[in-house]
Amino acid sequence: MEQFEIRKLWDLNFLGHDISFTNSSLMMVVALVLISGFMIYAMNARSLVPSRIQSMAEIVYEYVAGMVKENLGEEGMKFFPWVFTIFIFILVLNVIGLIPGNFTVTSHIIVTFALAAMVWLIATFIGFWKHGFGYLKLFVPSGVPFWLMPVIVPIELISYFIRPISHSVRLFANMMAGHTMLKVFAGFAVMLPWWGKIAPAGFMVAFTGLELLVAFLQALIFTVLTCIYLNDAVNMHH
Amino acid sequence: MFAGTTMLLAVAAEAAEKVAESGALPPESVGLPQLNTQHFAPQLFWLVLTFVTLLFIMWKIALPRVADVLEERRDRIKRDLDAASRLKADTDKALADYEKALADARSNASSIAKDTREKLAAETETERHRVDDQIAAKLRDADKRIAATKSKATSAIGDIATDTARAVVEKLIGQNVSPDDVKKVLRPVAGE
Repeated sequence: MEQFEIRKLWDLNFLGHDISFTNSSLMMVVALVLISGFMIYAMNARSLVPSRIQSMAEIVYEYVAGMVKENLGEEGMKFFPWVFTIFIFILVLNVIGLIPGNFTVTSHIIVTFALAAMVWLIATFIGFWKHGFGYLKLFVPSGVPFWLMPVIVPIELISYFIRPISHSVRLFANMMAGHTMLKVFAGFAVMLPWWGKIAPAGFMVAFTGLELLVAFLQALIFTVLTCIYLNDAVNMHH
Repeated sequence: MFAGTTMLLAVAAEAAEKVAESGALPPESVGLPQLNTQHFAPQLFWLVLTFVTLLFIMWKIALPRVADVLEERRDRIKRDLDAASRLKADTDKALADYEKALADARSNASSIAKDTREKLAAETETERHRVDDQIAAKLRDADKRIAATKSKATSAIGDIATDTARAVVEKLIGQNVSPDDVKKVLRPVAGE
């Protein structure tokens, strides 16, 4: 599991807390620079008829904007920068982690959990801020006979509190499992005699393609769930 | 086939073992690196730092630029479409005007043609009447002249007959007869 190992590149301390610059931090900074550079450079021309790179930036923008509008409606667009940042940050971290030798930030539960917890806390805060104690009605679905309430309400409560865990574990487990598979088959390819290398190597080619899809899909799923949780908080549609 | 598969599996198992061995970790990180709590703090710190920076850059710089361009394009397309539909309305109006003018001209032309035809027909009719009248008058004159000539000729025939009769009588009887007598005799014959 050496590929998931955190290595300190630069020891840093802040008021007794360890804030060392690690290989994980490096990947986060690389993602930050890549995304900001891409989004700003792509829109430099601001042309009415977009160039290829400008089209790419616009497609990403409209893709996430469509997702937000579909789930949250037009008024949900005030959350758009935040949702967009979540999507593109996770997407780029997932994808650059696939490059051999790179570290995958999202394969660490603490990172995905922190992101999911941020979503959960913000959604819960918005829910109570907009609806007051009426937000608790989220746990009492309408149209359910009252004698079912003792069963339904605890289930709804548990499912609500488990959201940050399922939200974060889904992304973390997918990234970690994919990278572990790649590692295992790469190990096979190295260890096998020459006549046996082709099978695991071919598998790895195919699996890397699949992992690319998973990298995109998990970023998408994380973002869609973020929109759905936000929609619960903003519109209380259950 | 079966032997080959078995051998492959055996080699694979061996390789997996070696991978596990080579993954022998330094004592501080036994188990999953993901569960090593001493690495949580730096990851969280850098995650917050990079995420907030990225959020700020996207929110304040990158996304408004995309939104501006998209909005401008939408406005431009809307403006162009509006202009196009306005021009189309103008064209339709011009076409309708042209067709109306054409229809007016057609009906004018046909009414002018009809008038002209009627006027010409009327003129022809009056002219024909006039010519008919002239012909009729000429016919009457001719009839009169014919009658006059005929009566003159008839009377001249009487004279000639009288003279001839006188000459015949003179030759036959050797006696001169007066023209009045001959006439007297001839009148019943001539049917006068």
